[in-house]
Amino acid sequence: MTSQNNKTPLPLEGIRVIDMTIVWAGPYATMLFSDMGAEVIRVESLQTPDINTRGNPRPPKGLLGTPRANMFPNRDPGKRPWERGASFAYSGRNKRSVTADLLRDEGREVFFRLAKASDVFIENGAAGTVEKLGITYDVLKDINPKLIMCSLPGYGTNGPYKYYKGYGANVEAVCGHTYLRGYPDMDFTGTSPIFHADPAAGGTAAFLIMSALINRRKTGKGQYINLSQAENMITQLPQAFMDYSMNGRVRERMGNRHSKHTQGCYPCVGEDNWVVMTIRNNQEWESLCKAMSKTELINDPRFNNMDKRIENHDDIDQIISKWTTDKEKYEVFRTLQSLGIPCGPVAKPNDVLTDPHNIERGLYEEHYHPSLEGAFKYPGPMFEMSKTPLRIRKLFPTLGEDNEYIYKDLLGYSDEEYSKLQEQKHIGDTYFDLGLEDLSGNIV
Amino acid sequence: MTALNGIRVIDLTRYISGPFCTRQLATMGAEIIKIEKPISGDPTRNIEPFYNDAPGIENSGLFLYLNMSKKGITLDYKKSKGKEILLELVRTADIVVENFRPTFLPELNLSYEDLKKVNPNLIMTSISNFGQTGPYRDFELTEIVMYAMGLTMNVTGLASREPQKAGLTVMQHQAGSVAANATLGAYLGREMHGISQHIDVSLLETQLTSIDRTGAQLLGYQFSGSNPFQRFGETSISILPMGVYPVSDGYVMFVGAHPHWWPRFVKMINRPDLFEDPRFQDSDYNFVYNLDYKEELEAIILEWMVQRTKQEVMQEAQAAGMAGTAINSMADAIVDPQFNFRNFFVEIDHPTTGTIKYPGVPAHFTDIIPELNRAPLLGEHNKEVYAELGYDEAELEKLVLEEVI
Repeated sequence: MTSQNNKTPLPLEGIRVIDMTIVWAGPYATMLFSDMGAEVIRVESLQTPDINTRGNPRPPKGLLGTPRANMFPNRDPGKRPWERGASFAYSGRNKRSVTADLLRDEGREVFFRLAKASDVFIENGAAGTVEKLGITYDVLKDINPKLIMCSLPGYGTNGPYKYYKGYGANVEAVCGHTYLRGYPDMDFTGTSPIFHADPAAGGTAAFLIMSALINRRKTGKGQYINLSQAENMITQLPQAFMDYSMNGRVRERMGNRHSKHTQGCYPCVGEDNWVVMTIRNNQEWESLCKAMSKTELINDPRFNNMDKRIENHDDIDQIISKWTTDKEKYEVFRTLQSLGIPCGPVAKPNDVLTDPHNIERGLYEEHYHPSLEGAFKYPGPMFEMSKTPLRIRKLFPTLGEDNEYIYKDLLGYSDEEYSKLQEQKHIGDTYFDLGLEDLSGNIV
Repeated sequence: MTALNGIRVIDLTRYISGPFCTRQLATMGAEIIKIEKPISGDPTRNIEPFYNDAPGIENSGLFLYLNMSKKGITLDYKKSKGKEILLELVRTADIVVENFRPTFLPELNLSYEDLKKVNPNLIMTSISNFGQTGPYRDFELTEIVMYAMGLTMNVTGLASREPQKAGLTVMQHQAGSVAANATLGAYLGREMHGISQHIDVSLLETQLTSIDRTGAQLLGYQFSGSNPFQRFGETSISILPMGVYPVSDGYVMFVGAHPHWWPRFVKMINRPDLFEDPRFQDSDYNFVYNLDYKEELEAIILEWMVQRTKQEVMQEAQAAGMAGTAINSMADAIVDPQFNFRNFFVEIDHPTTGTIKYPGVPAHFTDIIPELNRAPLLGEHNKEVYAELGYDEAELEKLVLEEVI
């Protein structure tokens, strides 16, 4: 990951980011930085495991009886489960790891020295989490006035919900997204949690931090960014909020349907296989009827314009389902796309890995990590850049993998100081005192 | 001064993903010159919701939101004079953002390579359905197709029923957000290292590389041969509350994330007797995964929930350290005390709608002041922008007659 002078630098090479993010929202933000070449350093603790990101260091045996055990190679968490979980195996790419116990003075000193040498500090613990460690923007700006700090808890670091807990599914509920999705013919208990608020907030956080970095080039000053994940999710729901503002209308959920098109999810051959499609105009309807060999439906008075098709949506769904039910989902996809109809399979993991388009685009990269049995295909960076191809340069770091580099090369700790911090259990590669009850203060 | 002041973006985008990308840039102060087709404009102008439900090119709430803080001009660059003017504009710009079909601009000789000839320092961001290359390059995409092929719909919904999409067009918005990140990353690369380049953002790939059960699902599947996530199973791996529950005036969402939250849960529902219950004594809380207890626990949870409003449940859950929140409608959210405390919704005046509330910028800054102005009327900034290029009134009138602008 060190810069190579004879190579074209990646866009964000030269930017250093302190990463104290957890779960998905914050780690997604720092993936954007690490993929584009920033040096992202995760600060971790040997005393307070980050169970939300690396996973529970001692997974309860009860959990191993659930599908969540599939997060581990061969369903075996092994002796070091924090280096074997699928979630961090994905989000940890191109990042470094350093350990220090920030609950103690020497650990905080390490953090402050790192803050002095960094451009960005990002965290998404519940509001108050880093504050309790004595880490606030007011303290950091005296140490490094150029530092940009970003907090992105569920609801922001001020206001009546400041200390409220929230995973992606929770903030989506507060902001209105949950109300707008799910089966319209059932009550809301049929609406399963989703966590889109996480990538949504991570994306905005990275964007705002980059804006602040550009701002700093002019002003020479850093700043504090206080982002609310829930508000951020609202920025992706404008139709519903503008309709309410303009017309006083409270939008209700539509399931898989669309207000102006016919659209649905239809069964295909095999177990749990589905295909989705949207019919946006008369031409697409005509093409679909021809594909189904039901040309008599083109001018059927129930279906011969968009309004009538929406009125008779249930009938259309039945007709399409009957047609798709004995077909392969990829067969329906290819047939309808060749006619210009937006259609796609509901993809499962093996589908996306073997999809010829994804293969030709080089979306998945095969890599080997010593903590995992075998080489696996990892989703690569989120976009392509013509002059600085983005790649997984290195998989996720093991706990404290970059301690030597960070302490000695970057922060100038001597060998003696390093040994002492090892003895004091700041530096290491394994958690100490794994009492789960100790974790309660430091999670989302 | 706002963060991106002085950065000029030529915005050729339409619909949602592209305009959301440039909206992000606009709110941080970049100068966005949005180029629309003369007379009809961005097709989003014809997409609902409309003010008073009356269709009209200045009435679309979606357009008004997505194009805040931008300048708007009209230009038909399929015509040779129009193309000439576009190149003049590109010469003055730092960034071009477009979301046409990948073949559209190259066919007009307006590919990145063509644009670089007039502006060697140009950064260009191209957003498309499936990317600039590959066998699906020219395929059609809608929100539901994007979600289905993007590896999350398969684990959203109930196992007994068809998979469910997310709400409205959130995936297209997310693609715009990713594109905004790519654009600023490239801009920083140009400023720091002198590299100008072209960015290829595929809507599908922004989903396949997202983090809501995508990477973990794909790797978990390869690790174990089975999917760690599934529909419905999502809500039933533990006896702690997980998923949606009915309350007296609506519904709430719970994420019972960790087994060691058991004592918080017991405290929340005020049932200290459960601490004495011999079935719930394991200090590692393995019993939370014993679904034999599920039915009994659900009954206790439901009884507690239905005696409370969603606001009460949220407050009591949060006081106990449980991740429980109200499921708000738009009407609830817009008066929510947290959003109002932070002044998230902003009032914006527009000739069609008068002053109404818009979703604003979801962050507070110690230095940056976000730019939050109304969207442009069709061709509103023609005079200003074309005057800068040296066109006088008479020339502009001629361009109008020729339907170039």
